[in-house]
Amino acid sequence: MEGGVNIRLARCGKTFANNVRALELVDLVIPRGETTVVLGPSGCGKTTILRIIAGLEVPDSGGRVFFDDVDVTPLPIERRNVGMVFQSYALFPNMTVAENITYGLRVRGQSRADRLQRLGEMLDMMHIRELANRRIDQLSGGQRQRVALARAIAVRPRILLLDEPLTALDAKLRDTLRIEIDGLLRRLGITSIYVTHDQTEAMALGDRIIVMNHGRIAQVGTPRDIYLRPQTAFVANFIGTMNELTGHGGGGRLTFPTGSVAWNGSDGDARVMFRPQDVQICDANVADFSGRILAAFFLGDRTRLVVEIPRGKPVIVESSDLLPYAIGDVVCLRVAPDRLIRLASSEVEH
Amino acid sequence: MRRYGLAFILQLILVLLVCAFLMVPVGMSMLAGVTRNYLDGIESGLTLDWLARVWELYRGTIFTSILLAILCLGATLVLGVPAAYVLARRQSALTRMMEELLVMPIAMPGLAIALALIVTYGGFGGFRRSILFILVGHVLYTLPFMVRSVLAVLLSIDFKTLEEGAASLGAGFMRRFFTVILPNCRSGIIAGSLMVVTLSLGEFNMTLLLHTPHTMTLPVGLADAYSSMRIEIGSAYTVVFFALVIPLLLVIQSLGQQRRRPAQLNQAG
Repeated sequence: MEGGVNIRLARCGKTFANNVRALELVDLVIPRGETTVVLGPSGCGKTTILRIIAGLEVPDSGGRVFFDDVDVTPLPIERRNVGMVFQSYALFPNMTVAENITYGLRVRGQSRADRLQRLGEMLDMMHIRELANRRIDQLSGGQRQRVALARAIAVRPRILLLDEPLTALDAKLRDTLRIEIDGLLRRLGITSIYVTHDQTEAMALGDRIIVMNHGRIAQVGTPRDIYLRPQTAFVANFIGTMNELTGHGGGGRLTFPTGSVAWNGSDGDARVMFRPQDVQICDANVADFSGRILAAFFLGDRTRLVVEIPRGKPVIVESSDLLPYAIGDVVCLRVAPDRLIRLASSEVEH
Repeated sequence: MRRYGLAFILQLILVLLVCAFLMVPVGMSMLAGVTRNYLDGIESGLTLDWLARVWELYRGTIFTSILLAILCLGATLVLGVPAAYVLARRQSALTRMMEELLVMPIAMPGLAIALALIVTYGGFGGFRRSILFILVGHVLYTLPFMVRSVLAVLLSIDFKTLEEGAASLGAGFMRRFFTVILPNCRSGIIAGSLMVVTLSLGEFNMTLLLHTPHTMTLPVGLADAYSSMRIEIGSAYTVVFFALVIPLLLVIQSLGQQRRRPAQLNQAG
């Protein structure tokens, strides 16, 4: 399983029989050995991409899928040697845990001794040795997901595909398993593609993140890139909380009705974005602008304020000074100039 | 001790009455089959002579019926299970129409189907005289029961994802079908088999017209016995019928429960 393969999609689109366009033409390279997270809201085409790579969907004519430069487009999933973990687990209810895990090995005609050895490795890896003889309906959701992972990895696939594997679990279990999956993927060093709509999962697991929207790739980058340098308003808003100001740029400032912030872009109408933690509450003489507190949430280590500014969306501010802010107070705000994210004002928000 | 309310007692009485209403005639009939002389009543004594007579006279019909039921089960399994799979796989207006069409033979009077078969295929002498002629009628009539019960199970499990799971592990279609789809339809297949076997064993309407003296089945023989023999013989025949059907049903049903039971016990423990 050393490194697996790299994956290339060339002009892959997908239109379903009912004329729904699930995926616009996509060109994409997924490097070997990395974990790539495909992130986006439901219906953005992320699962379609995964299913095209898996071989469960055929791309529209003209589209090609390559594993290490070998064209696998005509191969069905059973001949692609990929491991897949499904959102609903897809464990076989007619088999025990051990039988589920060794199913792929039996298909490959491995000897009983080899199967048992691999089974032992998998059970140990996922810490489920005591479940080996259980039936699937006797397992909890988290246990099922471990079995599903073990089953997919047992066959030493070239690629590991995970389709929202944690969505069906409760929040606490999701955190535990996410950490476990992260360690697992790093240890295996296998090319893996992880589909999710949860940005926390994406940030935690991905070496790279592909953000998708409306069947298109909105941005590809490391979690840092995506968070710190979003290229579109959609990406900026989808990952974390983002504030937004619109105004007129000129003379080194972007001016809007109640103030201005530093600006080094071209003159004209523009829009800037910034994260809540990049706004500081400051004295009036050094403030960029001010606003009235609409709501204040004391979170223990910090306070989250919703600040109303005239003719603009409320600004979310996170302050760690632990002062007792009250609704109706006027606060003066300053944004760190290097944390301002510029976006072309013409861009349509989805 | 637990105390039961009036409503419970009334309900219990009603249930017992209904059971009695249904069971007493069966018991009476079976009793008549072992009574020496029905007109004199039970005082005339009990005997197995009538059963022996039935065995002697109608043995052939019993074997014909069993053979028919087995063949019919085989045919409905081979035709019905794949049909249900295809219908479940491709849910569309066309397949739903086919699903409805499949049920037509149940809605139509058996006699009408039998007549249609005779008019169409009666000229093929060898076929007409063989047990296969009856088999065609039975399969037409029982197939929807198999298809429907398997289809219901298929639609209640996410078999497409199960199949994708098996495919992702390298299993080709045939292997997926036999190792994943079929075992998970087990309850539907068992339920369908129960229906098919009992319906085939008991089918009378159609078989009355389709049979020949050499291919007489048990229900047709039973009618023959009741109309042309002493009532004790007809009743003894009923005893034979029950003796045949009840163990058969129990066996098929236990097949369906065998695998599930240990799992449930473990869970409880």
